[in-house]
Amino acid sequence: MKKKLLHTLAAAAAVLAASAAQADATLLNVSYDVARGVYKDLNPAFAEAWKKKTGETLKLDQSHGGSSKQARAVIDGLEADIVSMNSPLDIDAIAKAGLISPDWQKRLPYASSPSWSTILFLVRKGNPKGIKDWNDLVKPGVKLIIPNPKTSGNGRYSYLAAWQYALRQPGGNEAKARDFVTALFRNVPVLDTGGRGATTTFAQRSIGDVLLTFENEVKLIQQEFGADKYEIVTPSLSVRADNPVSIVDKYAAKHGNKARAQAWLDFQFSEAGQEIFAANDLRPSDEKVLSKHSNRFPKLQLFSVTEAFGGWPQAQKIHFADGGLFDQIYQAR
Amino acid sequence: MSPAIDHSLQDPPQLPREPLIEKNAVITEAPWVRRTLTAVALLFLCGFLLLPLVAVFVEALRNGVETYFEALKDPDALAAIELTLIAAAIAVPLNLVFGVSAAWAITKFEFRGKSLLVSLIDLPFSVSPVVAGLIYVLIFGSHGWAGPWLSEHGIKVLFSTPGIVLATVFVTFPFIARELIPLMTEQGTDDEQAALSLGATGWQTFWRVTLPNIKWGLLYGVLLCNARAMGEFGAVSVVSGHIRGQTNTMPLHVEILYNEYQFSAAFAVASLLAMLALLTLGIKSWLEWRHSDELSATRRH
Repeated sequence: MKKKLLHTLAAAAAVLAASAAQADATLLNVSYDVARGVYKDLNPAFAEAWKKKTGETLKLDQSHGGSSKQARAVIDGLEADIVSMNSPLDIDAIAKAGLISPDWQKRLPYASSPSWSTILFLVRKGNPKGIKDWNDLVKPGVKLIIPNPKTSGNGRYSYLAAWQYALRQPGGNEAKARDFVTALFRNVPVLDTGGRGATTTFAQRSIGDVLLTFENEVKLIQQEFGADKYEIVTPSLSVRADNPVSIVDKYAAKHGNKARAQAWLDFQFSEAGQEIFAANDLRPSDEKVLSKHSNRFPKLQLFSVTEAFGGWPQAQKIHFADGGLFDQIYQAR
Repeated sequence: MSPAIDHSLQDPPQLPREPLIEKNAVITEAPWVRRTLTAVALLFLCGFLLLPLVAVFVEALRNGVETYFEALKDPDALAAIELTLIAAAIAVPLNLVFGVSAAWAITKFEFRGKSLLVSLIDLPFSVSPVVAGLIYVLIFGSHGWAGPWLSEHGIKVLFSTPGIVLATVFVTFPFIARELIPLMTEQGTDDEQAALSLGATGWQTFWRVTLPNIKWGLLYGVLLCNARAMGEFGAVSVVSGHIRGQTNTMPLHVEILYNEYQFSAAFAVASLLAMLALLTLGIKSWLEWRHSDELSATRRH
């Protein structure tokens, strides 16, 4: 028994040693849930480019989970060389813990965001409720599925987009926006905690008439559950949801990986990297690459959280903090 | 081993089955009541236990046997299986040694703080696994007590194999001790005292008297401990860091695959866990059937 255990341990150690010997360096990207597909394509492409340039073999490790949960893990000591999140707030949180320089958004192009997505509507085949824009969502009898804005990125963006839409209508003001969003959430039968939960509710449990979620998730649902079962509705206004990236300065320096991590990020902004984002249904930040794929990414009027709500920290404080506007709206509905 | 008891000497003479049941004061209900109750119980069992189990295997094999084995041959899946086995291979022997020593100390000796020790052993049962994981984040995290020192010395505990092993050890702590304590209490100290009075040393008493008396109960505890060690999700999820191919155990891998719409692969890995559970159940039933007398003290929980 004891001998067997020793053998198992020795074998395990040998496997670990072997995998370490294969690669000259190992880097870790701590990332959000749905980015797995993108990095599955990006990482081999970058590793190959890096090998060609330096002759060094890289092992690129991935960790995926809820964006905020992942940020928390990095703060608690998950030693990521780079992080890729779906909200700048999460990288800000890591910066606040002293692991990333506070000016991280200025270090790379497009506010350090190589790709972005936007909120679209997914309706059932034939669009039986005739949904075309935000104002159709508040009509009585329409059931919409939105994940909880307090716990999920999709939910926050959907909420802010609805708010901004109401504000931009003729005669729109803060009070009217609040009424509009209240009416909207009155039509939400269940608040799932995350985007994937909302997808399951809509697609697998067949609850609701409309699902509000990211463009890449919409495409994925069509792929997984059948393209002919749903229709995409592009609203007149939506929000630009950035997927920012950053080096985790402290850990990358500790591992001696600063140059490699920088190259990994630079690759994501290169044309080759941008094409990979586009192929995975994320909108590339490079306008040139984006316009090349304009048939897959229809143009729509967009606003950013920074210009419309004075930045994420501000929006978070007013709308999503405990006792904030969302809590009041949800209780009043 | 105690000599086999001839049960036929104690049992009442063989009677026809029907009258015996009807004479039994506990079962006076009409036959249709009995049958309905049995049917309800069976239906409930099928609906809530058997059906999900079947569903796991049906889903796993939905896209054919090839996809099934493809999913298990995936490097990330193999790494998850390996890590799960390593964690169990370390946690179970540790808890075996601890469980036996704790049970021995508690049942064969009198000392101060005994009840405190018993309560402490129960702690992992009463604490939520998530809290168990967070305890280790608080201790070994970068802002935890030992975190800064460990990081200075280049030792990784959290978000790597040692953290996962620690969390597994924590949640499986009570299984063996809890299994042995009632059994050893029931057996008392008579055999040991006899051995000691005949001149055996402490070690000899333990190896020759105590251990043979508890071996089946011990095996039973090891089985339960192993099943939980391989199946633990909550505590391990908190300390894992979810690095693919490195710190994902099988249950974590199942969740990830499922969230990525890879249903067949998720259920393929899940079916491995289910088979492990079935195997454990099989061995457990066999043990109960084979050694019911010795296990009876601990069986009811």
